[in-house]
Amino acid sequence: MKNTLAISSVIFTIGILSLPIVWGDNDFEWGGINEYWQKSSAVAAVTNPVYKEECGSCHMAYPPGLLPARSWHKIMTGLENHFGDNAELDTETAQTISQFLQTNSSDKSNYRRSPKFNQSVHSTDIPMRITDIPYFKHKHDEIPARMVTGNPKVRSFSQCNACHTKAERGLFNEHDVHIPGYGRWDD
Amino acid sequence: MKQVILITVLVGGLSVGFAQAESSAVNTLLETYASQGVARIDAENGKNLWQKTYQGKGEYASRSCTNCHTDNLTKTGRHIKTNKQIKPMSPVVNPQRLTKLKTIKKWFKRNCKWTMGRKCTPQEKADILTYLTNQSKKF
Repeated sequence: MKNTLAISSVIFTIGILSLPIVWGDNDFEWGGINEYWQKSSAVAAVTNPVYKEECGSCHMAYPPGLLPARSWHKIMTGLENHFGDNAELDTETAQTISQFLQTNSSDKSNYRRSPKFNQSVHSTDIPMRITDIPYFKHKHDEIPARMVTGNPKVRSFSQCNACHTKAERGLFNEHDVHIPGYGRWDD
Repeated sequence: MKQVILITVLVGGLSVGFAQAESSAVNTLLETYASQGVARIDAENGKNLWQKTYQGKGEYASRSCTNCHTDNLTKTGRHIKTNKQIKPMSPVVNPQRLTKLKTIKKWFKRNCKWTMGRKCTPQEKADILTYLTNQSKKF
């Protein structure tokens, strides 16, 4: 009788304590568990307003934690021909943005996905595109072309937020993916 | 007689309202261009520059402002490559347009270079800005 009570109490306590984990979603604001959870499943969200405005005016403002510092440097020193477009900035703004990128690049960030991106890149490579990174390709290798490049509502893997509904919050979990015209992606 | 007075007042009021609709950023720039030698402004030339097709390199051999901004300044445009929506150029339908000096200068620099292959001259910028701000709601 005593043992049953003890065991039941332990199970009950564990049950109560696990409620935040089981019922919580990735983005409630309080507590250490939440921060651990976020960092363990995401990339740091873009919060720098200058970066967001300047580098989000033609495409989604890509999280700095997806490319290594040397890649960001190469991009920032070639803005006159930015993938075929002119993305020049005044010196002051360029410096502000460069600093933000260098501080939060994939080789600096401790959010879970950043090291994965970083470690999959050969140390002598300087990828210009997030979509060229081996880890990225691996994570997207099961998606048929008709859903992305052949899909007029997506067109390119560079349009993260076309399918990743929480991309702008730095959350890329598979369960939040909705491919326009096709629906949820379930492995 | 009453009708004449009424119409005159209405037209007068509209003109004043219209003149004040031009932002101080635009005025500042027009003054700058004047100091750089621009004597006469030609909105018609601005329109021509805007709608003209220019030779480009690489992926986009034929370029025009209208590629991204459409041929109607009151419409929402799209970036030619990323498809991202671009709010209308006309300050009449988009009151935020052409209100920030830094923003106007930035886009002139980038987009003249991309579209025309070079920086726009002060005359061209004055003409284009005037074309963009001289809008009526009817198109």
